[in-house]
Amino acid sequence: MSALPMLDDVPPLLVVDGLTVAYGTRVGCRDVSFELWPGEVLGIVGESGSGKTSLLNALSARIEPAAGRIHYRLRDGTLADLFGLSEAARRQLLRTDWGVVHQNPRDGLRLTVSAGANVGERLMAIGARHYGEIRGAALDWLGKVEIDRDRIDDRPSGFSGGMQQRLQIARNLVTKPRLVFMDEPTGGLDVSVQARLLDLIRGLVADLGLSAIIVTHDLAVARLLAHRLMVMRGGEVVESGLTDQVLDDPQHPYTQLLVSSILQV
Amino acid sequence: MAPVLDIRGLAKSFTLHNQGGVTLPVLAAVDLTVHAGECVALHGRSGTGKSTLLRTLYGNYRVQSGELWVRHGTTRIDLAQARPRQIIELRRSTIGYVSQFLRVIPRVAAIDIVAEPMRARGMDTEVARERAAALLTRLNVPERLWHLAPATFSGGEQQRINIARGFAVAYPILLLDEPTASLDGDNRAAVIGLIDEVLAQGTAIVGIFHDAEVRDRVASRLYDMTEAKAAA
Repeated sequence: MSALPMLDDVPPLLVVDGLTVAYGTRVGCRDVSFELWPGEVLGIVGESGSGKTSLLNALSARIEPAAGRIHYRLRDGTLADLFGLSEAARRQLLRTDWGVVHQNPRDGLRLTVSAGANVGERLMAIGARHYGEIRGAALDWLGKVEIDRDRIDDRPSGFSGGMQQRLQIARNLVTKPRLVFMDEPTGGLDVSVQARLLDLIRGLVADLGLSAIIVTHDLAVARLLAHRLMVMRGGEVVESGLTDQVLDDPQHPYTQLLVSSILQV
Repeated sequence: MAPVLDIRGLAKSFTLHNQGGVTLPVLAAVDLTVHAGECVALHGRSGTGKSTLLRTLYGNYRVQSGELWVRHGTTRIDLAQARPRQIIELRRSTIGYVSQFLRVIPRVAAIDIVAEPMRARGMDTEVARERAAALLTRLNVPERLWHLAPATFSGGEQQRINIARGFAVAYPILLLDEPTASLDGDNRAAVIGLIDEVLAQGTAIVGIFHDAEVRDRVASRLYDMTEAKAAA
């Protein structure tokens, strides 16, 4: 019998240690530590104001933390201190190696340029110049996110909310990022539209072997997408672990309250 | 040969923080050793913790105290101490679980639900679909249902899809929670056939079988849950 991998040989992609985000004297999140491995999807759950989005914004280097460190493994294998990098290097990561999917697609798309340009723009930011290839990649990605290819020259301002969200995902994934941050990716969508989007995200993340950090207040979304969960309350992580363990055998009073508050249909 | 599953002094209780902090002791002292090719039937009335034990063996419930050693390839891992990533890897390659109810994913077709554990092990999509089709045929799931998402299927149909998924991969350890509960005679026989086959191939099974006929037919021995409870 051959030895099976126990994964201890794979180094983590992201190492977060004692991360605190503050807005003046108000704390966004406090003393958060975790590691994220390649191919892993981490769900951050909790109610509004629990610090989920503060944490996500700091992790994706869009706000500077008050304390703590974030280390990210670059493509060459070195583990870099995120806020030790130059601002230009961090911006480069956001444009290439990372994706950020916002809850409101208007924050992640440019509504005044065509769908094709929205996807192509990210490619051009990493040096693509050949028009035919960029258009080809855009068409390919519109197909992957189930947007009719005839819509490539249309502006996303005329798209439905679900389509806009799918376009935002295509725009982010076209550069083959290694880590994607998603903030309530299905929030604000009709339930039937949510199901399609969730299925799409699930499939893409698995097929591309992406690592992802997904903030959601919806435990059903978390169960479907995340391997592992962190439950946040009042800026702190109160419980973390394997997704089905946290949801089926919650230990912390707050997690028990969240799980027991879901209405059954 | 070393056991595939070695449980020592396993205890589990649930504390309900939002209901007055009540603590419900469920398992107090489970000692159980299971070898390859054995089928252990958990025996005891309703409420004796049979399903809790199965879920704990799958890592779905946390181990409170005790040890839960699982043979994984040439190494062994204590599930009580395992990290989430290790549990995910154990589920991919070593431990299969057929729960009583299928967790349906919107838009995913029955055949792909069955093929998924094979694809997770790196099997080619088409090969995995062929094997999934063979299993569904064997369990008498009509072909017209294969490409539909099972949300609207009957209980028995959903259960058979769950069973096909559980038997899609040759797990060294397979946990079965009432696999024949809502099945008719022909389908019960098909499930017994599948169980016989994997046992012959060396899979170890721990299961709950309320159907005495099925239990007598497949179990190598019974594990009396009142023992597990005795110290509680």
